[in-house]
Amino acid sequence: MGEQRQGRLFAYAALLAAQARAAASYRASFVVELTTNLGATAMDVLTVVVLFRPAPRVGGFTLAQALLMVSLASCAFVVADICVGNIDRLQTYVRAGTLDAVLLRPLGVLAQLMLMDLPLRKALRLVLALVVLGVALHANPIVWTPARLALLVTAPLFGAVFFGSIFVLSASLAFWWVDSGELGSAFTYGGRDFASYPVTVFEGWFRALFAYGLGFAFVAYQPALALLGLTDPLGLPPWAGYVSPLVALIVAGVAALAWRAGIRQYRSTGS
Amino acid sequence: MDGQDARVPTISPRRPFRGVATTFGALVWAGFRRWASYRQATMAGSFTNIVFGFLRCYVLLAVAAATVNGRPAGYDETQLVTYVWVGQGLLTVVALLGWSELSDRIRSGEVTVDLLRPVHPVVSYLAPDLGRALHRMMTRFVPPVLVGALVFDLYVPGRWWTVPLFAVSVVLAVVISFGCRFLVNATAFWLHDARGPVMLWTLAGGALAGLYFPLRLLPHGLAVLLWVGTPFPGMLQTPLDVLTERDPPALQAGLVGLQVVWAGALLAACAAVQRRAERRLVAQGG
Repeated sequence: MGEQRQGRLFAYAALLAAQARAAASYRASFVVELTTNLGATAMDVLTVVVLFRPAPRVGGFTLAQALLMVSLASCAFVVADICVGNIDRLQTYVRAGTLDAVLLRPLGVLAQLMLMDLPLRKALRLVLALVVLGVALHANPIVWTPARLALLVTAPLFGAVFFGSIFVLSASLAFWWVDSGELGSAFTYGGRDFASYPVTVFEGWFRALFAYGLGFAFVAYQPALALLGLTDPLGLPPWAGYVSPLVALIVAGVAALAWRAGIRQYRSTGS
Repeated sequence: MDGQDARVPTISPRRPFRGVATTFGALVWAGFRRWASYRQATMAGSFTNIVFGFLRCYVLLAVAAATVNGRPAGYDETQLVTYVWVGQGLLTVVALLGWSELSDRIRSGEVTVDLLRPVHPVVSYLAPDLGRALHRMMTRFVPPVLVGALVFDLYVPGRWWTVPLFAVSVVLAVVISFGCRFLVNATAFWLHDARGPVMLWTLAGGALAGLYFPLRLLPHGLAVLLWVGTPFPGMLQTPLDVLTERDPPALQAGLVGLQVVWAGALLAACAAVQRRAERRLVAQGG
């Protein structure tokens, strides 16, 4: 039993090492990708800064407060993207038949797909997101309590679980609908953008669906309110900032069910 | 073989214009037909464009509501709404977010086949790309604009020439985008793998072309620098500013003129790079 587990770990390590070697052999390209990824997070933050230029408050929040939200969302998203972001290639693997090879190996399907493309190039993004988080924490007057310190750690972590689940959910679509194309991006990248702004910016059924129906308000907006000690203009109680773990675990459960159902009903495209 | 059978219409100064136009037209049509076969992916893509449309629209409306005169960067609310939804429609028409067909062909070596064709390689990629843009104009442009018109108040142009000028501006935007994509992909002739440059292009395209926010929100000098010094605004910001009549008539036409300059310069650069690359391919003995 223990030996088997060790063997499996060895196999995962071999997959990872192969990817590291592949990345190292195209060094120039790797460096460009590293900096581009850094730029991607920088753009998210810069967009918020630019949008706040003409107005001192947008949606009732200052730039400093908005920065806290975008950095929390960014940290959560980048961690999820590094861990499971590659899953959105699933439809390519289904179409090309690569998934069959993956299914034949005696290893976890999800784990293999995660390791099939080493996301080291995304690492710098996390560093930048953390730097912006530091700046945002410095720019806002926050009264630190043990609960808030705990929130600062749990919010990005469970936000990452949340985004990771959304990645798996949207990729699972490919099991039923191979031509799902960019559909999943509406919820992965779209969800990230939604979570990066104060929820008060949005309106009507769109806000209701993304913020509360899908739960994106609990990634950054509600935790940021709790950290800042602000009351929610939209009327949720102060403890709403602390329920992100619960929301994340519910979504993770749904994603796990969808993934299992997808794998079970998967029929190879054949060739 | 009397040579008759092997005759192919070619683009050369000696051939009559009709032959040139026929070949070009056939290539455009081939590009159009190819994209028409991905119907489900087209629907899925439109859905995503629409979700992002709502996102960007609400954000900009919130900015407008918080701005003192209600006109951030000189756009009123209907102009901002139009900017967002027409932008979401144009996004895939101008293929702002990446294209790696040429670099894939370079990496696999298939690109050598392109050299055997009787059509100049730049033309043989440009024509199908125009066909692709036409197809996207008919499928991907309409849904976001329709949703935007149903849910929000769109801006109705007041000058009679705005819509035809917008059409011209969109065609130029496609050519500019094609020129940039061709050049980015052509780096694979030297780098063997253009994944990095293509990613860089996607990132710069979104930010500098005016997708994430209207470039007019930037400090004035920076916006002017982007317009004159880079081709990016010519791919999205210019057509959108033309349609929303953001500027007085002279500037409106001037921005399209700037697009003409960039389109010409980029096509010339493509031809030059192609020549260099061909020499390099021969040098490699491939």
